[in-house]
Amino acid sequence: MIPNQFPLFKEVFALMIKDFRLEWRNRYALNGILLYVFCTIFICYIAFEVKSSVIAPETWNTVFWIILVFSAVNSIVKTFIQESSDRFYYYFQTCSPLSVIISKVFYNVFLMLLLSALAFLFYSLVLGNPLADIALFITTLLLGSLSFSIALSLISAIASKTGNASTLMVILGFPVIIPILLILIKLSEYALTGIENVQISNLILQLLGINLIMGSLTYLLFPYLWRS
Amino acid sequence: MDFFKRLDIKIITVLLMLYTIIGGFLMPVPKIPILNESIRNQYFHVSMWFSMMIVLIISVVYAIRYLSNGKIHDDIISLETANAGVILGILGLITGSIWAKFTWGAFWSGDPKQNGAAIALLIYLAYFVLRGSFTDPQQRARISAIYNIFAFSTLIPLLYILPRLTDSLHPGSGGNPGFNIYDLDNSMRMVFYPSIIGWTMLILWISSLRVRMTLLKEKIDDN
Repeated sequence: MIPNQFPLFKEVFALMIKDFRLEWRNRYALNGILLYVFCTIFICYIAFEVKSSVIAPETWNTVFWIILVFSAVNSIVKTFIQESSDRFYYYFQTCSPLSVIISKVFYNVFLMLLLSALAFLFYSLVLGNPLADIALFITTLLLGSLSFSIALSLISAIASKTGNASTLMVILGFPVIIPILLILIKLSEYALTGIENVQISNLILQLLGINLIMGSLTYLLFPYLWRS
Repeated sequence: MDFFKRLDIKIITVLLMLYTIIGGFLMPVPKIPILNESIRNQYFHVSMWFSMMIVLIISVVYAIRYLSNGKIHDDIISLETANAGVILGILGLITGSIWAKFTWGAFWSGDPKQNGAAIALLIYLAYFVLRGSFTDPQQRARISAIYNIFAFSTLIPLLYILPRLTDSLHPGSGGNPGFNIYDLDNSMRMVFYPSIIGWTMLILWISSLRVRMTLLKEKIDDN
């Protein structure tokens, strides 16, 4: 299906298929994360007393993104620690570091897309849906999944080298996520009001710029990390 | 870093700092409404940020050098200059907040420049936590050098690109005039440029002492 003259694409594709198969066989990470998201949303439902009171749209928005950030950090931290380090020696012998990191980033993008779609569906089912511009919100979700995966993949590779990966992931990842999160929250606030604004394209460009920086940093730095 | 063992360099640093502090508080400054005497903060806040950038650039250069040659000495310099940069960053944030209290009306007004600076400091503080979680010195040096390059590359957009794209009260961004127009006054330049050199030399002196201390400690531990 992929032509043989592009060995990098072939490697990336094979590694991604391997990741999906691995995930499908035990479904440990996916189920855990989905349960985590659903539980958090249910806690919000109880805490906000949705039946008797109304949530302000700003609160709805902020809480949704906070849930998504925590679940992104929790799911992406598993990128490098779910496989044993022995297997990484095998990859080290057989693949180029670039195909490893590209396949991991793409796999994380798919995982985050699935996660954010399910989270959004369940969240709007439980807490209501005050959105005026659904198309813009879905664009924001897509951009958010992309940005979280790109920004957190390198961080998760760094954190996996230490003893306590999950703590380090939070400490290293959150400061990097904050600027992205601020732009995403602003974008989805425009989606809530539904007012056309020139700021929207500006914000999207800023987000793509951040992704470009993070992507090129991952591309440049991962081979060094891989060697250690 | 042996540069700071020389006596003349130490004397020059002390004289420059004395000049910065005495001249900074006593020499005449242009009278500008709202800013008034708070313009003197330029000798402290602005020059501290300048020297923070210089010190952090040195830190990232040594991180890259470590990745290319693997000498642990370069990693120690990279660590101590990052340490110095964070201290200057915190001092810069404090002096900036005090200035903001008298000109913007609040210590912290959630300005993009303030938030960017706080996030950048958090990223650099995470560098020290990351270092603390390794036991093997070579692996610690390698991974923290990678993280140092990463942190520095996120610092530039956080401090200089993102605040310019949004509305910011800070001079130099969001369409506000930068310090250059006040700086045209030659009396300010006479203190401002020496103050940048002074702060940079002072902090490099401190970090060179810390580098020597760490090297000695390692020697003791090895024996």
